[in-house]
Amino acid sequence: MSGPVVTARNLSRHYESGGGMFKERQVVRALSEASFSIQPGKTLAIVGESGCGKSTLARLITLIEEPTAGDFTINGVEAVPENWDSLRTQVQIVFQDPYGSLNLRHRVGAIIEEPLKIKRPDISAADRADKAREMMAMVGLRPEHYDRFPHMFSGGQRQRIAIARALILEPKLLVLDEPVSALDLSIQSQVLNLLLDLQQSMDLAYLFISHDLSVVRHVADDVVVMYLGRPVERGSKEAVFSAPRHPYTVALLSATPSADPARVRKRIKLEGELPSPLAIPDGCPFAPRCWKAQDRCRAERPLLDDADHAAACFYPENPDDTA
Amino acid sequence: MALLNIRNLSVEFATGGGSFRAVDGVDVTVDGGEVLAIVGESGSGKSVSMLAAMGLLPWTATVTADELSFDGRDLRDLSASARRKVIGREISMIFQEPMSSLNPCFTVGFQIREALKQHLKLDSSARKKRALELMEMVGIPAPEKRLTAFPHQLSGGMNQRVMIAMAIACDPKLLIADEPTTALDVTIQAQILDLLTGLQRDTGMGLILITHDMGVVAETAHRVAVQYAGWKVEDQPVETLFDTPHHPYTAALLAALPERATERRLPTIPGVVPGQFDRPQGCLFSPRCAHADDLCRSTVPPVQSAALGRARCHYPLSVPAKEKVQ
Ligand SMILES: Nc1ncnc2c1ncn2[C@@H]1O[C@H](COP(=O)(O)OP(=O)(O)O)[C@@H](O)[C@H]1O
Ligand SMILES: Nc1ncnc2c1ncn2[C@@H]1O[C@H](COP(=O)(O)OP(=O)(O)O)[C@@H](O)[C@H]1O
Ligand code: SF4
Ligand code: SF4
Ligand SMILES: [Mg+2]
Ligand SMILES: [Mg+2]
Repeated sequence: MSGPVVTARNLSRHYESGGGMFKERQVVRALSEASFSIQPGKTLAIVGESGCGKSTLARLITLIEEPTAGDFTINGVEAVPENWDSLRTQVQIVFQDPYGSLNLRHRVGAIIEEPLKIKRPDISAADRADKAREMMAMVGLRPEHYDRFPHMFSGGQRQRIAIARALILEPKLLVLDEPVSALDLSIQSQVLNLLLDLQQSMDLAYLFISHDLSVVRHVADDVVVMYLGRPVERGSKEAVFSAPRHPYTVALLSATPSADPARVRKRIKLEGELPSPLAIPDGCPFAPRCWKAQDRCRAERPLLDDADHAAACFYPENPDDTA
Repeated sequence: MALLNIRNLSVEFATGGGSFRAVDGVDVTVDGGEVLAIVGESGSGKSVSMLAAMGLLPWTATVTADELSFDGRDLRDLSASARRKVIGREISMIFQEPMSSLNPCFTVGFQIREALKQHLKLDSSARKKRALELMEMVGIPAPEKRLTAFPHQLSGGMNQRVMIAMAIACDPKLLIADEPTTALDVTIQAQILDLLTGLQRDTGMGLILITHDMGVVAETAHRVAVQYAGWKVEDQPVETLFDTPHHPYTAALLAALPERATERRLPTIPGVVPGQFDRPQGCLFSPRCAHADDLCRSTVPPVQSAALGRARCHYPLSVPAKEKVQ
């Protein structure tokens, strides 16, 4: 078997902001020390609330931005700027809002072919069109859609266009940043099925970003839970959902509404809101909202170790689970 | 008698391409103390039906109904000033985007006091006191300080609390919350839903919660109305809706939930919701329905009995033996 499609070690991205005439320069720690790997054909889900660094991670992995610290490889090749050009064919991204990410003045066929036109100038226009039609069939678009414009399509169909475009270079890794969050439920299931089918037939690895835990539970093999720019729990989907260790994961799961009126809710009420990423507390970043916080939590930051199921917490839940 | 009683409500918009029926023959009732969820996909007419009832639609909308009454009064007979007394005071609404309903130029304290001024005869110091009390009721920490904050200085969750404070300022009998947590993270959503249902229980007001999230419905509603393409297709108590949906659309929607999946491939509903120019004859769900036949494709289905979830369907599902005629 081949190795992982992507391996990330301590990936960080900090932004400097402010620095105007009267303002002090401030550092936004959008992402800090994210480590993970994804095998071919597998899905790693990144979950967490808005602002926790999910899209920042997506931009690093899709070679849109450089990390400010840490490094990663794609198919064993270091993802440093010298290699970006050759690696770009291997990793592609699909965004939440297909409307914003498609060029509305181009026809569907041209939109889907564009990456091929740029990356593979050796391929003739006729072959390009054939390839585009093949991709359209794969994602469930009809041949006559080739000459239409994106505004003539529904949200779900636009997401199919974005997926066809992302896959035309036959990448190994697809980064999906909230790919079904803007879709209605009846359309969401169509797109999720499509993603599962494509993964199987093309042996694709997915970095699947979502704030919706019920979707993640359905699609993921492994899960990373992020809080304030840091991974706080990592493990197999089964382990994270059935025996969550980090108190934040427990709270997130208990806050997720379940479509079962008979379920007895044992909701953990989290006090307060996410602190500003400019003012991440010392010690455990979750301590101001954690019902288990002790003095030690406020003084020292718990680390995420390399265990299969790891949580960055001094006093984890379900500590006996060794899955 | 129901607190809000809407019968056979229809809304047509005049558009460039002709008239468009966004709401079609919808009945809505809600009692005092009841939590009604209106659930449906985007464009199914959830917001428009409530805005129509409140008289808040633009002139391009033509609203018709057999009955539109609140607390025994016909909303259509009210003069503009009498209507303003009811809407905003006895019925209040909150929306998905608190930032679009709050004025960015004024402090939240000022905006709450203005809402009080409009509807209640309180002097300035009583308004101040009440504003503070409301901020406490909706769980805003350090309320004195927050009263002097501008909306952009507060988070989405805090602004939604401010909106709720304004909405309950005059002790409304009915609160209509239109996707109040859709823009919020789940831990904040949980706080806001707890706040809303807690206020509802404490004050005994009626609550209409508009949402597209079946999880939110299951955890907050007493009764559920399901909308599809401007129709109400089902209306049932929450306990039975999730177990025995009677309308094929409700059943298909529940089956498509990832959390109910029994295998990796999810059940899907083929096709898309009809738009202005491809509204089918007969049943609006017929192009997507697994049970559709010629009758469905030609004849608008009737509304079934309450025991059958008031399903708007020729062939409702899970018909109890005693209901089966023939
Ligand atoms: N270019 C940037 N400059 C400054 N701050 C940024 C930039 N991009 C993102 N951030 C900040 O980094 C944090 C993480 O953002 P993001 O990765 O978009 O989170 P998510 O996708 O999880 O919602 C946020 O606080 C965001 O405001
Ligand atoms: N002012 C308007 N003019 C024309 N069409 C409208 C107007 N407002 C809403 N609609 C249409 O009415 C339908 C129902 O909308 P709405 O009630 O907002 O749906 P939702 O169920 O998502 O709340 C949609 O197709 C929408 O495009
Ligand atoms: S380290 Fe302490 S504060 Fe942080 S999550 Fe664990 S128990 Fe809570
Ligand atoms: S009337 Fe016919 S097409 Fe419509 S929902 Fe019922 S069975 Fe399906
Ligand atoms: Mg994001
Ligand atoms: Mg709406």
